[in-house]
Amino acid sequence: MEKVQRTWRRIVKLFEVNSIVEELTGAEALVKALIRERVEVIFGIPGGATIPIYDYLYDVDEIRHILVRHEQCAAHMADGYARASGKTGVCMATSGPGATNLVTGIATAYMDSTPIVAITGQVPTSMIGKDAFQETDIIGITASITKHNIQPVKPEEVPLAVRKAFYIASTSRPGPVLIDMPKDVQIKKGKISFEGEIRLHSLCSNPKVDEKKVESISRILLNAETPFILAGGGVIKANASRELMKISEFLRAPVATTFMGKGGFPENHELSLGPIGMHGTYAANRLIREADVLLAVGVRFSDRTTGETESFSSNLEIIHVDIDRAEINKNVRADHSLLTDVKTGLDMLYRKLRGIGSQKNRKKWVKRVSEMKENSERIQAPPIGKINPPRLLKLLRKLLPEKAIVTTEVGQNQAWAALYFKVYHPRTFITSGGLGTMGFGFPAALGAKVAKPNEPVVDIAGDGSFLMTCQELATSVREEIPVVVVIFNNRVLGMVAQWQRLFYGRRYSQVNLGETPDFVKLAKAFGAEGIRVETYEDFKEAVKEGLRNNVTTVLDVIISPEENVFPMVPPGKSLDDMITGG
Amino acid sequence: MEREEIIEAIVEHRPGVLFRVSNLIRRRNFNIETITVGRVNHETARMTMTIKGEREIIDQVINQLSKLMEVIKVRKLNQKNTVKRELALIKVKVNDNLSRSDIIHCIDVFRGQVVDVSSKSLIAEITGTPDKINAFIQLLSSYGIKEVARTGITAMERDRKLGGS
Ligand SMILES: Cc1ncc(C[n+]2csc(CCOP(=O)(O)OP(=O)(O)O)c2C)c(N)n1
Repeated sequence: MEKVQRTWRRIVKLFEVNSIVEELTGAEALVKALIRERVEVIFGIPGGATIPIYDYLYDVDEIRHILVRHEQCAAHMADGYARASGKTGVCMATSGPGATNLVTGIATAYMDSTPIVAITGQVPTSMIGKDAFQETDIIGITASITKHNIQPVKPEEVPLAVRKAFYIASTSRPGPVLIDMPKDVQIKKGKISFEGEIRLHSLCSNPKVDEKKVESISRILLNAETPFILAGGGVIKANASRELMKISEFLRAPVATTFMGKGGFPENHELSLGPIGMHGTYAANRLIREADVLLAVGVRFSDRTTGETESFSSNLEIIHVDIDRAEINKNVRADHSLLTDVKTGLDMLYRKLRGIGSQKNRKKWVKRVSEMKENSERIQAPPIGKINPPRLLKLLRKLLPEKAIVTTEVGQNQAWAALYFKVYHPRTFITSGGLGTMGFGFPAALGAKVAKPNEPVVDIAGDGSFLMTCQELATSVREEIPVVVVIFNNRVLGMVAQWQRLFYGRRYSQVNLGETPDFVKLAKAFGAEGIRVETYEDFKEAVKEGLRNNVTTVLDVIISPEENVFPMVPPGKSLDDMITGG
Repeated sequence: MEREEIIEAIVEHRPGVLFRVSNLIRRRNFNIETITVGRVNHETARMTMTIKGEREIIDQVINQLSKLMEVIKVRKLNQKNTVKRELALIKVKVNDNLSRSDIIHCIDVFRGQVVDVSSKSLIAEITGTPDKINAFIQLLSSYGIKEVARTGITAMERDRKLGGS
């Protein structure tokens, strides 16, 4: 019997050697440690339990603080910043309501494995557990939505907590880490040193890959008749797009992506199928049924990707490459697996594939792929309104430079964007894939713009989602972070309405939003720009204007409430049950 | 096939660690039967869990637990080669002297101990495998049990026997 045993040990150097011991408060130690982590920007709102930190920040030039209008958005901005840049994003909130407001943002980052460090104030250690004013057990609350969380109890522990937080957030499978700073720890002085090391169990940045496995997997891939690649967010996180492309081209294997993987493979490539799953392309959802071997890289086989899992994996030999051991066999049983950082894994596989060389002829398979891609274009739901989102998105693609960053809200807008807006580069498509958080797109766009000030950033929104976080227009104007928001304004909670239309006999329960607000006036009230769009011509002009403006521009694009997103796989059904609407 | 397995975790001996482990188990919907914790030295503690599930589930438990920063080592014990023990304290009703001596006889047979005697009850202490304890409780139940406190299983793998394979 195989015994499963884990003994991973990591010794992590904590900052530099020979650092002098300084007399510092915990707040100073925190900020100095953040500077040592090369933090450029913090998104946050101060409060009673973080004033000592803010007081010290007042004189600090190295870090830009962006004052947001709701802590949820501070977390989303840190998240957007991290996704666009690959660096760790930082957000900060006071104790109690400030901390709980972060929760949705932290959970969003957790589900999509983004590295963020959230810092919260806490009541003084002597008050913890007494239900003090603005006390909340944020350590307990966030235990299952963070990779780790830490509460230093004396100033001397602060540098270590910060180093640990950044290391854990960004190493192996990334994710959010929270540091909860009791107020007395911020105020008290201690003998602070930035020297030393920490021992971290349970974190293996790159496990050793079994060469024999690489060889046997390579042979399976070479012998496959109809190999198929599924690429997830792990490809983007590991910066493995180039390696992925090499393997795909070598094997002549088509690549479908999850929502999180979108951008990991250029969607103008002949072997790109676009996204797969509930709102996947016709070509991706059909072709996977014709595949014999599936190479799944950096994916977690979410239910939105696989549909019903039994039929997903039937007649499919599955190879799973991922850094997280717990993802192997969690949702879908893998026949073979490589536990490794995706970049290393793909690189090793590619070398081995080339080394062995001879493989099946896949001319027919490639022909079939291009045939299905053509069908994909043809099979489209008939447009309903005067202007419809798929065409608007194709237009938008033409109007934006290749490396422009697009974020989305959640609902039909997200599915349309995934299906019809082609993405060519990693980190240029940012969406809440796992948690499906309405209101994510706009603050994430602002965070992305802070990370990439020279790229245009566009949030593709629904009217319902945008209203959840639109107060950040104030942040965007005051902090001079101009983005473009394209609201597909259908006056309904469109995706819920679509489900009600398709699966609940058109019983439109609580989805009508009505005619308010006037988004053009709303934008202007905040000092941003607003433009109403009713034709394709309007849209073109408005996008161009938005890109020119040095203030955030909201495009209120009026579409029909009856519009559906197709293709769609009904919830809980197999990919075979895709509805095309065409 | 569903089996009951024993999982042993060596964890950091710090406040909050038990919370993290049990929180993870609850959140992932794992079906833990028993869990025991005890300090090993000033740095580490040992947790022993029994859990029911298919092999994939057991592997999931181990893999998920191993991701907690406070977990140093986690593994599934080889049951064929593992010593399992549980301790129970049982308060039994005593009606008269005759039943008292009957009960004490039972306790002797099971190699248990009487740790407290009062006019209306006595407390028996017993250690052994869960099966043995179940049988013991069953036997005493005819006298009337007032309270039972069981520790849950703790376990340890044997080393290879001298000269054994
Ligand atoms: C915070 C949050 N609340 C509720 C939902 C459930 N939900 C999913 S899609 C949707 C409708 C979204 O409406 P809108 O933003 O107008 O976008 P549309 O579907 O019309 O494009 C809702 C309510 C969610 N995903 N997130």
